[in-house]
Amino acid sequence: MSIYINDQTRVLVQGITGNQGSFHTGQMLKYGTRITGGVSPGKGGQTVEGVPVYNTVFEAVENEPVDASILFIPAPFAKDAALEALAAGIKILVLIPEHIPLHDAADIMAQARINNAVVVGPNTFGLVSSGASKIGIMPNQYFIPGPVGVVSRSGTLCYEIVGHLTENEIGTTTVVGLGGDRVVGLHFIDVLKEFESDPATKTVVLVGEIGGSAEEEAAAFIKSSMTKPVVAYLAGKSAPPGKRMGHAGAIIERGRGTFESKVEALNGAGVKVADLPGEVPALVKEAAGK
Amino acid sequence: MKLYEYLGKELFARYDIPVPAGRVVESAEQAEEAAAELGEVVIKSQVLTGKRGKAGGIAFASSAGEARTEAERIFKMELGGFKAEKLLVEEKIQIEQEIYLALTVDGTAQKPVVLVSLDGGMDVEDVPEERMIRWPVDVTVGLQGFMVREICRQLGVSGDLQKEFIKLLPRLYRLFREMDAELAEINPLALTPGGLVAADAKVTIDDDALYRHKDLPRIREKTDLELQAEELDLAYVELDGDIAVMANGAGITMATLDMVQHYGGTPANFLDFGGGADVEKTSQSLELLLGTDPRVLLINIFGGITRCDVVAEAFSRVKESKGIDLPVSFRLVGTNEAEGRAILEKAGIKSFTSMEEAVSHAVDLLKQS
Repeated sequence: MSIYINDQTRVLVQGITGNQGSFHTGQMLKYGTRITGGVSPGKGGQTVEGVPVYNTVFEAVENEPVDASILFIPAPFAKDAALEALAAGIKILVLIPEHIPLHDAADIMAQARINNAVVVGPNTFGLVSSGASKIGIMPNQYFIPGPVGVVSRSGTLCYEIVGHLTENEIGTTTVVGLGGDRVVGLHFIDVLKEFESDPATKTVVLVGEIGGSAEEEAAAFIKSSMTKPVVAYLAGKSAPPGKRMGHAGAIIERGRGTFESKVEALNGAGVKVADLPGEVPALVKEAAGK
Repeated sequence: MKLYEYLGKELFARYDIPVPAGRVVESAEQAEEAAAELGEVVIKSQVLTGKRGKAGGIAFASSAGEARTEAERIFKMELGGFKAEKLLVEEKIQIEQEIYLALTVDGTAQKPVVLVSLDGGMDVEDVPEERMIRWPVDVTVGLQGFMVREICRQLGVSGDLQKEFIKLLPRLYRLFREMDAELAEINPLALTPGGLVAADAKVTIDDDALYRHKDLPRIREKTDLELQAEELDLAYVELDGDIAVMANGAGITMATLDMVQHYGGTPANFLDFGGGADVEKTSQSLELLLGTDPRVLLINIFGGITRCDVVAEAFSRVKESKGIDLPVSFRLVGTNEAEGRAILEKAGIKSFTSMEEAVSHAVDLLKQS
């Protein structure tokens, strides 16, 4: 079992003929993802890794139904492509690009709400239901099936932590990257809700960082509505206030979004916060043993 | 990109948001001339740091001579590490009430949000939460009249002031959306006998949308290194420790800094060289870091989209061409790990697979150096 996607999910790749698009189409196919088509305006009729390429999303869905679309589209054109996918009725969008303008992201989310669609990202590595389907750019070898759900704001740090789990032979149900931008589709709470009702997920790992109030909101939700144990790791303990640490959201402003306030909120909800990424597997085992 | 107050006010004027009559000046003489024209004036240093007023960067002058003296003083001042190149000389306005008004994007709601408080003029963080009205705006609907009327009702505002709000708010919303602003803040929005006037302007444009606003000047209050990093499209922040850190991804870079501190070291910087960088860009990142004269270099690579062999190749190239004579701790795992490790071995560099080992080794190296 898994959340959002499984081995039946039919995936479209928008921007399939570009460098990133074609490379990751190959990687996703290797992982076992069911890719049914790609879109690249003006390149219809070609194939990439054996996948048929269409000129528009509408043309693609006329030929084969699509459940989810992953976008490898340069940021200035991402809004157009995302709105196209939503208009064509696709209900799960994975927005890989970074540097999508803030107001474009707000426009995409508004349309997604109207269409009841789920948006993952932007500026995300995507999501993977381990052993079943990967819609994203994460390295294949670390994502093995198991009982832990993972949700993260950052990419490489999430690989680091999932890498530690894998080393300890702890697999994952679904791993979701929320994305590092200020406006993203899925938030911690959305994903925690799904993990709570997914029978296969026994424990949840939350990977957060300084800035904003997402971790505090997650803590309030965990306290009020979750029965499954949650373990966390947070980045940015040593970050000085007022400096944007790479991610648009990762900044301590006006004394808000500090490491301390997040740890306090999570501890208050019964969540153990690991000091080092390498301590996460032990905390997961401890939580699962209870 | 934060805009200077005078640029923010130029945008306000473009969107018919009233601003005081004023001149932008580059010398004390020009300030004197402006004051001679405008009468009683306020002189404001054009720097990006907040708290200009408290630091003495804002002065009132009732004569042209006084304006000149004050302008001379303000030009010499350093505010937040920067000297102002321009001052804004404005007519002094008669303020009956100070209001706080801003538009920003609420990440949780994924929507623009209007923030208004009748307690303006003070630092926004000092405004009590219950005195601040927040109204999220659905972008598919836009800012409608009913929203402004409801905001006014909640504020307890009616009559002429409500009419002023009904005119002004949609203009600020239009500016906010059309100019790709992250923040459009007026504090204080001054109620004068002639109506509402924007006494200050704090506008931040989304860096990712600057390509759509080629008419805006590029503003940079950054250190030389931060500027260089910007040109290379790197996320770089200077810190004041000893260990230079380079990693791929914002989250893991932050986690690396945290771990440096955990083991008793101090990071010299935050450098995220992003995902999928080529040899050229990786070499340039490395050279930039070496230019900061750190005592130890720590490289932490978890290759996904980033390839280990590319990073190793860049490192050995820089080592050969420029020489790297400081202690290095290297962590390398992920995509093309074996190829990367082989390249490093050839260059005589031992690499770790665990982040904990690499970081604690870097701290040991610092203690030995």
